[in-house]
Amino acid sequence: MTADLSETKPLTARIVAGRAPLNLKEYEAAGGYRAVRKALKELTPADVTKAVKDANLRGRGGAGFPTGVKWGLVPSLEKAPGSRYLVCNADEMEPGTFKDRLLMESDPHQMVESMIVAGYAIQATRAYIFLRGEYIEAAKNLNAAIAEANAAGYLGRDILGSGWSMDLHVHTGAGRYICGEETALINSLEGRRANPRAKPPFPAIAGLWGRPTVVNNVESLCNVPHIVNNGSAWFLGLNQGKSKDGGTKLYGCSGRAKRTGIWELPIGTTAREILEEHAGGMKDGLKLKAWLPGGASTDFLMPEHLDLAMDFDTIAKAGSRMGTGLLTVVDDRQNMVSVVRNLEDFFARESCGWCTPCRDGLPWTYKTLVAMEKGEGRPGDIEQLEKMTRFLAPGRPFCAHAPGAMEPLQSALKFFRGEFEATIKKIDQTTATHAAA
Amino acid sequence: MSTANSSSNPSADVIKLADLVASASLPPTDGYRMSDEERHEIEECLHHYDDNRAASIDALKIVQKKHGWVPDGAIAEIGKVIGIPAADVEGVATFYNLIFRRPVGRNVIKICDSISCYLTGYDEVRNAISAHLRINLGQTTPDNRYTLLPICCLGACDKGPVAMINDDTHGNLSPDTIPALLEQYK
Amino acid sequence: MAIIHVDGKEHSVNGADNLLKACLSLGLDIPYFCWHPALGSVGSCRQCAVKQYRDQNDTVGRIVMSCMAPASDGTWISIDDAEAKAFRESVIEWLMSNHPHDCPVCEEGGHCHLQDMTVMTGHASRSYRFTKRTHNNQELGPFIGHEMNRCIACYRCVRYYKDYAGGKDLGVYGSASRVYFGRAEDGVLESEFSGNLTEVCPTGVFTDKTHSERYNRKWDMQFAPSVCQGCSVGCNISPGERYGELRRIENRYNGSVNHYFLCDRGRFGYGFVNNKDRPRQPLVKRGDALVAVGADEALLNAANLMKTAKGLVGIGSPRASLESNFALRQLVGSAHYFDGHADAEGRLVKRVAEVLRTGPVPAATLRGIESADAALVLGEDIINTAPRVALALRQVARGKATQMAAEKHIPDWQAIAIADIGMHHKHPIFIATPDATRIDEIAKDAVRAAPADIARLGYAVAHLIDPAAPAVADLDAASAERARQIADTLLASTKAVIVSGTGAGSESVINAAANVAWALHGRGKVVELVLAVPEANSLGTALIGAPGLDEAFKAIESGRADTLVVLENDLYRRAPKARVDAVLAKVRLVVIDHQLTDTAARAELLLSAGSFAEADGTLVSNEGRAQRYFQVYEPAYYKPDTVIRESWNWLHGIRAQQLGQATVWTQLDHATAEIAAVLPALARITEAAPNAQFRITGLKIAREPHRYSGRTAMRANLSVHEPRQPQDADTALAFSMEGHNGVQAGDRPAALTPFAWAPGWNSPQSWNKYTDTVGGHSLGGDAGVRIIEPAANAPKVPAYANHVPAAFKASMAELQVVASQHIFGSDELSAKAAPVQSRIPAAHVALNAADAAALGLKDGALVDVQLDGQTLRLPLQQRAELARGLLVLPVLPGVPFAAVGGVARINGATGA
Repeated sequence: MTADLSETKPLTARIVAGRAPLNLKEYEAAGGYRAVRKALKELTPADVTKAVKDANLRGRGGAGFPTGVKWGLVPSLEKAPGSRYLVCNADEMEPGTFKDRLLMESDPHQMVESMIVAGYAIQATRAYIFLRGEYIEAAKNLNAAIAEANAAGYLGRDILGSGWSMDLHVHTGAGRYICGEETALINSLEGRRANPRAKPPFPAIAGLWGRPTVVNNVESLCNVPHIVNNGSAWFLGLNQGKSKDGGTKLYGCSGRAKRTGIWELPIGTTAREILEEHAGGMKDGLKLKAWLPGGASTDFLMPEHLDLAMDFDTIAKAGSRMGTGLLTVVDDRQNMVSVVRNLEDFFARESCGWCTPCRDGLPWTYKTLVAMEKGEGRPGDIEQLEKMTRFLAPGRPFCAHAPGAMEPLQSALKFFRGEFEATIKKIDQTTATHAAA
Repeated sequence: MSTANSSSNPSADVIKLADLVASASLPPTDGYRMSDEERHEIEECLHHYDDNRAASIDALKIVQKKHGWVPDGAIAEIGKVIGIPAADVEGVATFYNLIFRRPVGRNVIKICDSISCYLTGYDEVRNAISAHLRINLGQTTPDNRYTLLPICCLGACDKGPVAMINDDTHGNLSPDTIPALLEQYK
Repeated sequence: MAIIHVDGKEHSVNGADNLLKACLSLGLDIPYFCWHPALGSVGSCRQCAVKQYRDQNDTVGRIVMSCMAPASDGTWISIDDAEAKAFRESVIEWLMSNHPHDCPVCEEGGHCHLQDMTVMTGHASRSYRFTKRTHNNQELGPFIGHEMNRCIACYRCVRYYKDYAGGKDLGVYGSASRVYFGRAEDGVLESEFSGNLTEVCPTGVFTDKTHSERYNRKWDMQFAPSVCQGCSVGCNISPGERYGELRRIENRYNGSVNHYFLCDRGRFGYGFVNNKDRPRQPLVKRGDALVAVGADEALLNAANLMKTAKGLVGIGSPRASLESNFALRQLVGSAHYFDGHADAEGRLVKRVAEVLRTGPVPAATLRGIESADAALVLGEDIINTAPRVALALRQVARGKATQMAAEKHIPDWQAIAIADIGMHHKHPIFIATPDATRIDEIAKDAVRAAPADIARLGYAVAHLIDPAAPAVADLDAASAERARQIADTLLASTKAVIVSGTGAGSESVINAAANVAWALHGRGKVVELVLAVPEANSLGTALIGAPGLDEAFKAIESGRADTLVVLENDLYRRAPKARVDAVLAKVRLVVIDHQLTDTAARAELLLSAGSFAEADGTLVSNEGRAQRYFQVYEPAYYKPDTVIRESWNWLHGIRAQQLGQATVWTQLDHATAEIAAVLPALARITEAAPNAQFRITGLKIAREPHRYSGRTAMRANLSVHEPRQPQDADTALAFSMEGHNGVQAGDRPAALTPFAWAPGWNSPQSWNKYTDTVGGHSLGGDAGVRIIEPAANAPKVPAYANHVPAAFKASMAELQVVASQHIFGSDELSAKAAPVQSRIPAAHVALNAADAAALGLKDGALVDVQLDGQTLRLPLQQRAELARGLLVLPVLPGVPFAAVGGVARINGATGA
């Protein structure tokens, strides 16, 4: 760990592969909990929020909503006295995404410190890390860090004599991708079925137990102490001029690339640099056919898109979303119908069952793709799939789950239509009928 | 509640894990009585939340940790401790895929079938497990040693294909390493 | 008010509504499933999509769910937009991908909201070719059938059952396309309001099991506008008949009373109409047997009995219509006409009438209860005596969440946000009853006490509110503190309801409730009274004003009278058996009834009366609302040997025969008019419904839907010639599909609406077309007329009741007898319905567990209870919460009548 690293890779500077995470003492020695002291002793909650706003920190869970703006929506204590909550969305379950696991397993105190600083900014009375149940190691490390932080007076009553108190609890989930949707996560945290809730009212007004609540992604939160320590201008400069967004970003690559993994890089680094320099390119003998920029719910992009900067706006302009920013590369041996079938299987299974288009439209989509994969596609199937992509677009289903499912499908239909057409059985149109189920 | 057993339907619709687990060869399910230890553990969880209902998932996990699954009789018992109707507890228990409402084997294999693992050889690994254990997804070996379940992305995509066995995550699986890996779990 | 633009037209709507409700209220059709006027919006089905535009110039627009979008001023939407239409059609197609298309064998068919919406969207051909998900069904008890494969997952059932009605045992399970709605395991649905699931469910998942075995389509039934006979609330119902049998009871919308919901007693308790053992011809006692005779012979026989009587006594009935009671009064003379309640109960009912007629506080409508923000329940186990009131009280408690959400500017239709915000908050309800009640969970405080102590608590509250109300001497500290809390809460309310009634068997309790209400009124608070009375026409008969049953018996016991005419009344339910036996032994007994009661079985002449399904009549509910129920069908049409007449018709006929005159009342209106003329308290009952001359465009109103089928064949077993349909001289309704059928729904007065139907709307959701705004009041006014209102000149300082009872002293030697009421079993008529019978608790007596222990009595032991001059042997139930020193005698089959309020001794126990 060097000063250089903390200047360029603040999120991962303290992480050394193969070594146990820093304990409290080690973390403090490495500059840890400085942000807590600074925030609680020198800054008002509004100052912290302003710093995060000024840094233009955009949500790293995939949607890119400015974190500071989200905090600013929480009504003041005068307007809404009583309990209020900070929730860390650590339900990392987006297929192809494995960044938050690293942050929590390998530097749990950074997570805890982030929760304290963010909690202070919104004056939370309790904070939860909603951790997916399968992250056994992360739970262990976080709980150990919280115990140490409690003992050191960073958590609990009257933190560092500031008069502000906050408890932090790791809540482990019991599965279901939909818990990653912030309002579904709130329902799940309340011990309910993880159906999303309508917005408005937004969680900042009526969230957990009907109280003001902020839900932030792990990576988003982990940037906060560094912004508080080093300032907004420093954070903006981390992009090394590659983007109009500030900071670094955890980028990664999975699929059949040579060196799959995860790297903290300036936001706006090109996909080509990620794939070719950091991941070493595709495995020998394989060619890149298509890639998902940031999880299963993002549109496929093509090899010709590799030179795009991986930031929210640039990837959006190309017709996809940066999402979580971890590339999934599809090699030329894959059949796109099967790849999309795999994705839609996932989305259909993980629908919460609340709204009609998602609950009934996704299984239909999946079953159509299964039939096509078997060469049993029928005339009209592609049109049916296209209709799904239109009618499961944002605003039509209840939440973003089904629209997310449509992104890889619509882009696959756009770029690889021939592969879909090849599955359609040549049926004599005069005998084609709508079969009764 | 009851739903038609989807595992008996080869073209089963969307799969729910709780529905998948075959129950034929498994021990009887009734006669659950909540132990003091379970009760205390659940009551302990109540402190973490501003509303007791929030502890329902924790409670189900506590019971499952002890029994391997959540027996029928536990649903109402949990409801009583938390103070919510049994129907609500069951609604939660059947929603979440890590809560098992049917008995499972001593070792639960959760194999990731999401995109990165799919691209790196999920099918081959799953076939290897199935061939070795002679069970399909959703089934339990007759000796009650293994249950095989699908699971969505385990967040270790750079190491695909990935599976969890009980609490251990194993990456970079390949068909030839499967037998040795499985044998570690008795 | 807000101006919205729908498909280019400007409309004025309530800006607080969502767009769906606003558009439906305008009469525009938008299909929907998960939204329900009583349940609010959750946005799950996505069926009500419309295109919304930013402004007039926006031509692109975006699809929004109208139920989740506010009807703000300046909103521009299109329902007809092609994309919105295509999307709505797709939603149906998705829902249908798992729906079994089993309409031909589905009992929802023909009144199915899913069918209606499918047709409305135009979805007609299926492109889904894969397998459908399937579910197993559950056994949910005698009332509700369950067929989960039909489920379209609109979530309405759980939202109604759990959120609205407070049920605990229905839930949603599983996830994704396999979501399942039912109980955690098979078993009887516990809620007293489970039957509403059959109407809340938009398709055939939850259906009326009582209708199942004798099923027919809605369009093949004959209906009448009717009023529930199950208790004193007077919920409006739509009974359906086919082949001379009642087949089903559905809710009939009344915006002031029951709006969308009934209780299970009212919905499923109709079987007594169909029972085989009913007298269907006049019966004359010949030797030991009752022999059927013709109507003329019966009338002659009756008139002879009247003529030869040394003295006459007529006993009326709180379950018979005003017209029938009045006809009896005319026949026997007002001096010989007696109130049909049990003696003590009759006095309580009269006191209730007096409180409502002389006091300054009005009776609450059922709907009016829901808008209160505080309630006090004194003595009444309301969910068992007037069940639908309990469902309204639940809405009082829930109102707090709506209020809290409003403070955050969240509109009242945002159902889920409201529930979450108000999760642990309720408007305050205080309950004081002798034993635990099924609504204690919504109470801020529930206390158990003997009736006298309940009354004292009420008196104390009233005194704290208005010191002019009498004080309570020697009140214990806990009660004083409780009274203080209740008084403070009621004074802090914006509208309070005080709930009490005859259920506690105590006039003091009623008086205390009245004092609380009057004291609040005196302090300028908005307050309304709910006073439950025992039966459907209890209040009506009290307004006729007649001496009590004891007087009637004395007239016979003294030998002054030797002939007794009993109207629709089983005296064995009103007085101890020994006394009734003795009275009946001394008289020539004429009974007019539709049930073969123990009393009827003793009659010399039993005249076969019409039940509510075969008769017209007027009832007065506990709200003081006079409501007319109309004959559903003419039984003789199917079985020509049937001789069933309305009781008033028999009684009036006897009188004409006796006087040797032609009948004066040739139709119901004549009876009603005469009552109005003779009894000032009932003067306005003629306004309860339009009279027999009423016509719409010259037409009577059809009782049958215009698709009614099979009429030419339905009597083919009797004759291949189709006879003329029965003629209905009494009303403006026709026993036919011919006549006005509600196409222009607004034209039809609510009191004359037999069933819900509008073009394109066959399900109960068609009530939307009958109301001024959806969920509001009936077009042209809600049915019925309130005939009791506080006098305009009521004194500012009311005449407080001032007989504060002494504190109750528990004694193991002399237990005080209180009655317990049961939604299933305590009502005489519904208890004869087979599906209800399986829900009736076993006969028992109950004691507080500590009292039982003190007396050395085990739970379940058979005990001999000595009370009211008789000894009853019944199994003992121990109750945890029942106030000490009380003995509960349930009103149930197998438990003989015994006067409450007296004392009982337990003489011994056998077995365990």
